[in-house]
Amino acid sequence: MSLHLQKIDHIVNGVAHISGIDLALEPGSFNVLLGRTLAGKTTLMRLMAGLEPPTQGKIILDGKDVTNVSVRKRNVSMVYQQFINYPSLTVYDNIASPLKLAKHPKSEIDKRVGEIAEMLHIEHLLNRYPEELSGGQQQRTAMGRALVKDADLILFDEPLVNLDYKLREELRDELRELFKARNCIAVYATTEPNEALALGGNTAVLHEGRLLQYGPTEQVYREPNGRFSAEMFSEPPINIVPGQLTDTEITFDQTLHFPCDDNLKRLEPGDYDFGVRASHLTLVPQRADDLALDVHVDVAEISGSETFLHVHHERFPLVLHLAGIHQFSVNEPLKVYFPTHQLYAFNKQGHTVHTPARQGGAAHG
Amino acid sequence: MNNKVPNNRAWLLVLPMLVLVAFSAIIPLMTVVNYSVQDVLGPNARFFTGTEWFESMLNDSALQAAFLRQISFSLIILAIQIPLGIGIALIMPKRGWQASAVLILITLPLLIPWNVVGSIWQIFTRGDIGLMGWGLRELGVDYNITRNAGDAWVTIVLMDVWHWTPLVAMLCYSGLRSIPEAYYQAARIDRASKWAVFRYIQLPKLTNVLVIAVLLRFMHSFMIYAEPFVLTGGGPGSATTFLSQSLTTMAVGQQDLGPSAAFSLIYFLVILLVSWVFYTTIMHMQKDKHPHGGA
Repeated sequence: MSLHLQKIDHIVNGVAHISGIDLALEPGSFNVLLGRTLAGKTTLMRLMAGLEPPTQGKIILDGKDVTNVSVRKRNVSMVYQQFINYPSLTVYDNIASPLKLAKHPKSEIDKRVGEIAEMLHIEHLLNRYPEELSGGQQQRTAMGRALVKDADLILFDEPLVNLDYKLREELRDELRELFKARNCIAVYATTEPNEALALGGNTAVLHEGRLLQYGPTEQVYREPNGRFSAEMFSEPPINIVPGQLTDTEITFDQTLHFPCDDNLKRLEPGDYDFGVRASHLTLVPQRADDLALDVHVDVAEISGSETFLHVHHERFPLVLHLAGIHQFSVNEPLKVYFPTHQLYAFNKQGHTVHTPARQGGAAHG
Repeated sequence: MNNKVPNNRAWLLVLPMLVLVAFSAIIPLMTVVNYSVQDVLGPNARFFTGTEWFESMLNDSALQAAFLRQISFSLIILAIQIPLGIGIALIMPKRGWQASAVLILITLPLLIPWNVVGSIWQIFTRGDIGLMGWGLRELGVDYNITRNAGDAWVTIVLMDVWHWTPLVAMLCYSGLRSIPEAYYQAARIDRASKWAVFRYIQLPKLTNVLVIAVLLRFMHSFMIYAEPFVLTGGGPGSATTFLSQSLTTMAVGQQDLGPSAAFSLIYFLVILLVSWVFYTTIMHMQKDKHPHGGA
């Protein structure tokens, strides 16, 4: 089962929701659609499912053109952000509903529902009604409905958004396990870069209805093909600082000069946007050639057991991603160390012209 | 464990409301109770009668007939208006200017005062100048609401359906609008039929508004007065004389204060009882379906 989207455009009331997307999904692959709200993730999924036909372009499923084939004639399932179950049916009947509609024999339905319920750890809830379940259990039921029929394509539209943190991690891990043994294509939409990294597989980065990049998740993360892609795929967003490159040095803000390393020397001299990940900025020097910057604290945002520290230099703001919880006072002067060997460089058209060399898997976060 | 400090200030805060309710409901009701156990012959001549009025009211064959008429009327209009209202709500446009236009059109009958509704239909059904009466006569139908009890009934039911189905439709419409779009998508992906969507998604999600609709329509129809009074005056004979009209005749027309007070109380208790039984039955049905509690 392979799915090929060819030059898809989707225009609703004169507004382009999807423009020129070309995407080929391999059989048995797990694909993440990463993008902010309104990036076109849900629209793209609706097109993949056949809930509506694209304005232009073709959808090829296993070599067959299914562009105008309605969802009723395709074999897909979908899990939504809201917990969608039949309110008047028990968990058992909910999970069994696709099989009943497909007129499978009773004994087989019993067996399959049992298996799926066990996999999703809801076997003890089969006689309950959806409204008697917690959010996590309701979503497990909805997933059960999606997984019970052997769909060619399973779509997850931000299924974990409405769940609490702990449950999310749990379900996310299980989800990857569930798909290991399957030959269907899974597509998972999320706004969170960390979720994409945790899920692995392939990632497609979407922005304003366009496909920025598609490839193995880790590769997309390490080697974004452009500034937008890098910004979408980092939380907090990658720091972008404009600067000038000459044969020997980089100048930020007209005042900060530092010698560039050999890799950057390969670039043409000129104006670039330089990117540095929030997790690469530190409060203690990591290497001798780190650039020390005098900054002032704007705000320290605590997220879980991590701190996002927003600071500003004279002309540009920076975000640091620090492990642990730290307290800072507003306007406190600090020294931030800027790792020059970890720089990304983007040209003025937004394309990546330089990515930092990998060093033993150090860069992650 | 009970270490609450007694604080009577709450009573002080409730007091104004209590006084208001006393004047609006409790005192009038008690006046009726007072009348119902006395025979009032004049301002200074009254005798205590005990339950005598209640007994005679319950045994009054005219009232029993009116009661049966009333029950049949309520059941008939519920049987028509609830399914019809759901049906209309299902085919109403969901968005755009059409939705607003249909909503306004459908609401219009609800805005017309009751006795005006009666007058409209009285004229509408006249054989000489009314569109419906004249039309039916031209078609060769012997239609006359002042002579034929069947015609009178059909017309009153028709009038009530026209007047009140919009209420049911609006309640259902709002209920349907609150179902997230994702349910319908999920149903399409499941290849569920239109009937399955109605049976397993729309109807369960409508249960709560339908309970309200049935209660409102039952109480309304059980107390119906102005419309049939204007349209048929309770006739022909007493074929369309409902309970409230019998009551008015007795209390205002004949000044039988004692019997009509007893009758009012019975009338009130019947509505209360039926509504309560209906409500608790529905709630129990929902609980039986969801034995683990839940909403």
